[in-house]
Amino acid sequence: MTTAARTLERGRVGESVKRVDAIPKVTGEFAYSSDLFAAGMLWGHTLRSPHAHARIVEIDISDAVGMPRVHAVLTHADVPGAQTYGLEFADQPVLAIDRVRYFGEPVAVVAAEHPEQARRAAERIHVDYEPLEPVVDPERATEQAPIHDGRPTAGHGFRDDARPNVVRTIVIRHGDPDAQAEVSVSGVYELGIQDQAFLGPESGLAVPDAEGGVDIYVATQWLHVDRDQVAPCLGLEPDQVRIHLAGVGGAFGGREDLSIQIHAAMLALHAGRPVKMVYNREESFVGHIHRHPAKIWMEQRANRDGKLVNVRAKILLDGGAYASSSAAVTANASSFACGPYAVENALVECTCVYTNNPPCGAMRGFGAVQSCFAHEAQMDKLAAELGIDPVELRLRNALAPGDSLPTGQKITGSFPAAEVIRRAAALPMPEPEELPRDPLRLPGGSGNTTRGQGVKRGVGFAVGFKNVCYSEGFDDSTAARVRLTGTGNGLEAEVDCAAAEVGQGVVNVILQTARTELELDDVVLGSATTSSVGSAGSASASRMTWMAAGAVQLAARAAREELARRGGELKPAETIDVERVYHHRPTTPLDPETGQVTGDGAHVAYICAAMRVVAEVDVELGLTRVVWIGTAQDVGKAVNPQAVYGQIEGGTAQGLGLALMEEIQTRDGLIANASFTDYLIPTTLDMPPVVAELVEEPEPDAPYGVKGVGEPPTVVSTAAIVSALRDATGRDLNRVPVRPDDIVGLS
Amino acid sequence: MLAVRVELTVNGERHEADVWAGESLLYVLRERLGLPGSKNACEQGECGSCSVLLDGKLVCACLVLAAQADGHELVTVEGLGQDGGLHAVQDAFTETGAVQCGFCTPGLIVATADLLARNPSPSDDEIREALSGNLCRCTGYAKIFDAVRLAAGS
Ligand code: FES
Ligand code: FES
Repeated sequence: MTTAARTLERGRVGESVKRVDAIPKVTGEFAYSSDLFAAGMLWGHTLRSPHAHARIVEIDISDAVGMPRVHAVLTHADVPGAQTYGLEFADQPVLAIDRVRYFGEPVAVVAAEHPEQARRAAERIHVDYEPLEPVVDPERATEQAPIHDGRPTAGHGFRDDARPNVVRTIVIRHGDPDAQAEVSVSGVYELGIQDQAFLGPESGLAVPDAEGGVDIYVATQWLHVDRDQVAPCLGLEPDQVRIHLAGVGGAFGGREDLSIQIHAAMLALHAGRPVKMVYNREESFVGHIHRHPAKIWMEQRANRDGKLVNVRAKILLDGGAYASSSAAVTANASSFACGPYAVENALVECTCVYTNNPPCGAMRGFGAVQSCFAHEAQMDKLAAELGIDPVELRLRNALAPGDSLPTGQKITGSFPAAEVIRRAAALPMPEPEELPRDPLRLPGGSGNTTRGQGVKRGVGFAVGFKNVCYSEGFDDSTAARVRLTGTGNGLEAEVDCAAAEVGQGVVNVILQTARTELELDDVVLGSATTSSVGSAGSASASRMTWMAAGAVQLAARAAREELARRGGELKPAETIDVERVYHHRPTTPLDPETGQVTGDGAHVAYICAAMRVVAEVDVELGLTRVVWIGTAQDVGKAVNPQAVYGQIEGGTAQGLGLALMEEIQTRDGLIANASFTDYLIPTTLDMPPVVAELVEEPEPDAPYGVKGVGEPPTVVSTAAIVSALRDATGRDLNRVPVRPDDIVGLS
Repeated sequence: MLAVRVELTVNGERHEADVWAGESLLYVLRERLGLPGSKNACEQGECGSCSVLLDGKLVCACLVLAAQADGHELVTVEGLGQDGGLHAVQDAFTETGAVQCGFCTPGLIVATADLLARNPSPSDDEIREALSGNLCRCTGYAKIFDAVRLAAGS
């Protein structure tokens, strides 16, 4: 743990640069979406379903409407346009129509002058529900009555699976799926529901304009796709709905789906006044999608020399009540199921089902987290079976450029899996600590429960990978706009890009790229909004650095060309204003029958990471302490090294949370732990030091060779930590989060 | 809803507000006094994002009713800097990359300023223990520890 060197204020690509928003964030001036205020503003509140599955017989709002200072009480009958929306399939009602399908589904919205009045008015709405049998067991969902009347029957590489409650099925057949080998290991692995648990609650402000349109200031990950979902539901043209990025208190995938956007806008348009909505923590836990819980059956067949011959996997994902981005998560979970290993034969079947459990969608790692937990447990098992060192076994099978994924897609570009394995394995581990010692440094920590007698040390290792950018034929382009203005003694430069700054630091990427390309230190960044520039795509899939840098580079180069054409100078107030759109190379869907690539291939590029973990476990009490984490990550090129290390440390912490403590618990579909008292996330006492090494092998297709950084640490750390716990305990530990009962053998 | 009048001194300035008796100090700071720097990540005493100093003691503003704070003195993140400059802790957070989304930052800055006022050179374990009530979802805390060490050394 060293103190960082001083950072630059206005650096260029490759330099550690202080965040442009750091000062307003440390002084308290930065305006998050929950900090907004407008004169005459009302407070919105959402009435949510107490049932996981029920028919709505009647909604009676008459008591609520008449309450003092209550200005709007709206139900599905008041939705001005389309009744449903969704990222991939428009299956989610703006407000429940005749049926609720999950606990916490929005049923009505209210606006009042004080938030407490809005809450009280919502309590006075009488909803007559007729409870229905909830579908809560994903393994039985395909045999139960469908919870949706229709089902997704289109979209990238759609495979017809007529069983009820299927969101998407993918089957990948590669080589000879029946190929035999000298040894076989298998296991069944499970992951609970993880929550993004960003600290800034869902919130925003909708302000009606004088012509029937609306401005929405909100924390989101993709402004333009919000607009394209919101406008049809409001019955408005896209340019009548302007979405502006308000300060975002973390996202991690949980802000890809809409939250308050349509509700606040409906209330504002109805009341003719600005409306602010802020979820509290309990509402946030039920009000957004989660990471898909999964059950994975996996078998690896290998020869005695350690070479993998065949991987057979069946993956079941619980998508919950609505599709959200489940179809894409299914594609990722199956594409990466075999791990970053070359294997000539594979059979992977992945199904995502609808249930009445909490809806699931995007979360950091997006399908790869679940697969990594399974394939890495398997690699440890295989290493033990063969008597080969686990690191060595991974090296012998590591995927490299020229090899193919089980989808048949050939790896082109950079793929330094072997290098990250070697670099992580070479990091020096700390020596075992002596006893007695401060309880803070023992499993159980300040709980002071152990003296250390039952403490065993274990070392774990894991490798993981995933894709960068959207896949399967999706053109998630990014636009940027550069304006140069003559000042009399030089140039002023301004950049617009709608990339969502969610904490990851894309504002710095944009400015560092612009300074580098324009060779200017003073560049101003405009605010992200749908009204000044085209779509940036989503701040997700580890894609925003690559895509924003690409777009700003194109626009800046075009501006410089124009400047050269005008003789290299601009007169005072003369401007050059160019917008350019950057596309990554095209991708194509998988073949629906074989799961093999068609055309250009399903994915753009990949990022991988390896991690070694030292943990201590009190095997009698079931308590754990992660002592040290060392990791090497493939990042292409670090645009802002300080921020890259920050992503690795933070992403690792989220994987540690899933390994040890984080799980949304449900009973018959009802969430039982919607608070930070009952849903625990890692604190300062849980996090060990993280030593990170960057592997910078440039991606040939990408600006400056960048890739992405956000997801691999989360993909790999859950698997690596549980690997260390297995080493310490000798137990299988096939389910995360690992509970004390699992460690002592009570479960 | 019945209103009560509360009088607060915040960052050296006197304020009066008519509030509903159920309003927390956090709500009044944020929504009535125009000081949204203190954050509202949980509103149930679990995250520390609303940390303020009440008569010099570190408290979660979400757990204090505004009416209980009547007549008392408060310091919020907005009041830590002096003469328009940053407090040493604020400067250290910007320098070390301890800020990502920044939603935890105001609470951590107030809590760190409080820690360093009591213990100017804390050990690493003391830092971890003192800040264990402040959740951060973005950073994994490593750079926050760097920031505290930097501020302690300055
Ligand atoms: S908002 Fe007060 S402790 Fe979380
Ligand atoms: S920086 Fe986002 S919660 Fe700490």
